[in-house]
Amino acid sequence: MATDRPTYDVAVVGAGPAGLSAAVGAAEAGLDVVLVDAGRLPGGQYWRHDDEHSTPPRSHGGRLFARLRARLHHQRDLGRLRYLPGHQVWLIDRPRPDGGPFTLRLNGPYETAPVERDRVRARALVLCCGAYDRQLPLPGWELPGVMAAGGVQALLKGHRAVAGRRAVVAGTGPFLLPVATGLARAGARVLAVCEANPAHGWLRHLDGAVRAPAKSAEAVRYAALMARHRIPYRTRAAVTEILGEDRVRGVRIDGGEVLEADLVALGWGFTPALELPLMVGAATRRDLDGSLVAVVDARQRTTVPGVLAAGETTGVGGAAPAVAEGRLAALSLAAAHGLPVDPRTVRRLRAAIRHGRAFAAALHRTYPVPDGWTDRLTERTLVCRCEEVTYGELCRARTDLGAEDPRTMKLLARPGMGWCQGRICGFAVAAVTASLTGRPATAEDLRPLSARPFAAPVTLGELAEMVDEDEEP
Amino acid sequence: MSHAGRERTEAAPYRLTFDGTTVTARPGQSVGAALVAAGIVSWRTTRRAGGPRGLFCGIGVCFDCLITVDDHPGQRACLVPARDGMRLSREETRPSAEDGRGGEGSDGD
Amino acid sequence: MTPYGKGPIHQDLPRTADLVVIGAGVVGAAAAWFATLAGLRVVVVDRGAIAGGTSGAGEGNVLVSDKEPGPELELARYSRQVWGEDLGGYGGLWEFERKGGLVVASTPAALGALRTLAARQRARGVVVREVSGDELPALEPRLTREAAGGALYPQDAQVQPMLAAAHLLRLARQRGAVVRTRAEVVGFLRPGGRTGSPATPGGDTATPGGGMGAPAGDMGAPAGGMGAPGRDAGVPVTGVTTPHGTVSAPAVLNAAGTWAGAVAGLAGVGLPVLPRRGFVLVTEPLPPATVRHKVYAADYVDAVASSDAELQASPVVEGTGGGTVLIGSTRERVGFDRRPSPAAVRALARGAIGLFPMLASVRAMRVYAGFRPYCPDHLPVIGPDPRAPGLWHACGHEGAGIGLAAGTGKLIAQALTGEAPELDLTPFAPERFERGGADEPRGT
Repeated sequence: MATDRPTYDVAVVGAGPAGLSAAVGAAEAGLDVVLVDAGRLPGGQYWRHDDEHSTPPRSHGGRLFARLRARLHHQRDLGRLRYLPGHQVWLIDRPRPDGGPFTLRLNGPYETAPVERDRVRARALVLCCGAYDRQLPLPGWELPGVMAAGGVQALLKGHRAVAGRRAVVAGTGPFLLPVATGLARAGARVLAVCEANPAHGWLRHLDGAVRAPAKSAEAVRYAALMARHRIPYRTRAAVTEILGEDRVRGVRIDGGEVLEADLVALGWGFTPALELPLMVGAATRRDLDGSLVAVVDARQRTTVPGVLAAGETTGVGGAAPAVAEGRLAALSLAAAHGLPVDPRTVRRLRAAIRHGRAFAAALHRTYPVPDGWTDRLTERTLVCRCEEVTYGELCRARTDLGAEDPRTMKLLARPGMGWCQGRICGFAVAAVTASLTGRPATAEDLRPLSARPFAAPVTLGELAEMVDEDEEP
Repeated sequence: MSHAGRERTEAAPYRLTFDGTTVTARPGQSVGAALVAAGIVSWRTTRRAGGPRGLFCGIGVCFDCLITVDDHPGQRACLVPARDGMRLSREETRPSAEDGRGGEGSDGD
Repeated sequence: MTPYGKGPIHQDLPRTADLVVIGAGVVGAAAAWFATLAGLRVVVVDRGAIAGGTSGAGEGNVLVSDKEPGPELELARYSRQVWGEDLGGYGGLWEFERKGGLVVASTPAALGALRTLAARQRARGVVVREVSGDELPALEPRLTREAAGGALYPQDAQVQPMLAAAHLLRLARQRGAVVRTRAEVVGFLRPGGRTGSPATPGGDTATPGGGMGAPAGDMGAPAGGMGAPGRDAGVPVTGVTTPHGTVSAPAVLNAAGTWAGAVAGLAGVGLPVLPRRGFVLVTEPLPPATVRHKVYAADYVDAVASSDAELQASPVVEGTGGGTVLIGSTRERVGFDRRPSPAAVRALARGAIGLFPMLASVRAMRVYAGFRPYCPDHLPVIGPDPRAPGLWHACGHEGAGIGLAAGTGKLIAQALTGEAPELDLTPFAPERFERGGADEPRGT
């Protein structure tokens, strides 16, 4: 690895809507930028597509993406932006913890291809780490053929593969609809969308200040697609058990009716990836949807000087506010460097963020994780998939051993100690522990399962070769 | 063996092997997608219960889809892009020495 | 019978007890169990959670191999016997495993030093078998072929320390003990109504369950200096004050681990317990028996016994039943800073690969930090404190607290009930630091 490398003005982590916008905006404003992204292609989960020439559909903001991608390539060609796809950040550290540049230590998401850089340094960070499907454990969810709704979507959009022939899509939130219609368009039979909450209530949560014609049109379009593909949309309906031996054979709905299926797509909203904000010491809070998110001010600054955040990292809100937040973060950094920033642009971005956040809040209120979901758990239901820790074991760690907070639960029963380090079960373990202790889950409950000393697995060989920036000649 | 977007012009498929069986993949597909498209839904068994696992989150978060690719164990099948000639194999089953869990070890935090 | 039940586990604190134990770590839990067994009415209080401090941040070592002949080795041998015999019937609860320790010397000179140490340990009753370089592969197939030889210590064992603490407390509760977590001792009851006051800043900043764990990770080093005796020195301690009530008791045991100096300070007595940071790397799960023993390099004993503030690293590698491999050990005196240090993590990785080259391609999943509670002479503090009658200590066990906990708990219970302790506690006397000269390296 080359060691004669610059210290960038800013490192942007993540090339989804927020990160692309932040990186392009910062480079265009005149800053030296490095954009690090685990994905092979830009766009993140939201703008996932399958090769460098294609774009996501126009209905999904595809044109905005195409413009950002063109600007990204332009800035890269001008030498103002270094783009590192296929690089994941496993550690961020600082030689002098309270000042000086950050070192981002990088490796590849898989070992079959080498990475270009094993570290970059930057004076500021914009963390745009995105989110993934939130999961609630239920009996049988570990069976092959049960997938996260976003994973089913990723297979369709990114890999042109359909995960099954007879599908049930279940959970809550409007994201279930594109998954269902995407499956149907790809030839799968979608037996039902089970929406745990009452349907379409979200329009009622929007007050006069928050009109969202684009979103309303989207809703109408999905309704039409659902009708065209004859997909039953069941509201106040939940999959309560997944049936099968070595793979999924069917689902039980609300404890009664059984539908035979070979694919179950589950999603209960989204969980932002918070390990990097927590790693650098940024303050976090529990958002309206129950997720842990980074605290930012009106300039997208976290509580750690030099660290900004945008997009789902600051609260699940979708692509529109993410793009605006990314741009605003770029302008904040530009202003801090004494570069000119048009105050009208800042005002426009803040208005877009307010609008997008208000809309997201309405969705969060409409599609909450239902109270009492833990009642579906049985003694043998796996809560932690990696370490195969059952609900019964969590109960015993609570009742016999006195684990009354998630950290102690981890130490005594091992949920969140396996390969995924609590990414999948963290929300559930926090909720179960709090529920067993007779209180609602708080940010304090979520943090121990969201913090990870390494943001990605790293070989001991890589650790042994780690360069300490202070030791460099 | 269904694929979304059949109407596209297809590049010549890659040929991979999974425990000796040939599996085809389109350029850009992950090995996990190729396996699922071939009707293979699990390629790992868990350490405790010996349960089968395959793709779950599909985007690199859950590590359920670990697979051995060209002698690299523990790779996320949902992320590794398929390449012509790749050799995929099931993750070695790693049961505990004793019944199920055996000792838990003491890795705290 | 469920000792805790659903809902908040907070029981009301009784107004009186025979013994209040401060600290729900493995040392406090063992003392609570043996005192309860001896018939005492015991209350355990902790400002954080069960095993929330150093007990939850180690590797679960129950070792005799790493001790130089001297008082700590005697305590280690005694405690190993208590783990295996008094507590042997419960071993399955906390995964007690007689895995044996394998000390590996990389050079003939190191092997010579190891043989000398082994001979001295053997003279003190330690079971140790010399292993030639040729025999090593049969014992540890993945071990480096570069090693000159080693020594096998079959008595070395491992427990899951969080489960040990939690089950000992559960067992004590079943016999009537009361365990109250999230109850910080803010002062001691003293005759005449005086109570101690917090001796350190940050004493009220515990954030249990806050990721960094409890006790508070950012708390300053406890005041444990050898300055002037506190204003309450010599006045008896007759109980504790917590925000949830007071408990009167003729005996209060300070088992607050790395934070024991601050607790002693509340009683106006100095106790030089300081944090010595260590990191442990945890690998991905590997096939069973990848690493069979607790394997460490012969220079580990020197690192354990040193007092350097600078980073010291000596590789210690062991498998767990869960499949992960744990990699220690580093020693640094840097206060209570939990942030992973690249230099320390790198040293761990290099050391581990030196012992097991195959680990180079194995992935680490996480790293965690703990703070060994150490005293200048590297010996624990066990026994009554004559400077504050009624106050007892069981703390300062440095990196050996898990292994030494069982013996410490049993000895404390013996002393509390007026029995003659089975092991002389004089070397561990709390007031020894007042006399000077207690900062010599341990051992002989």
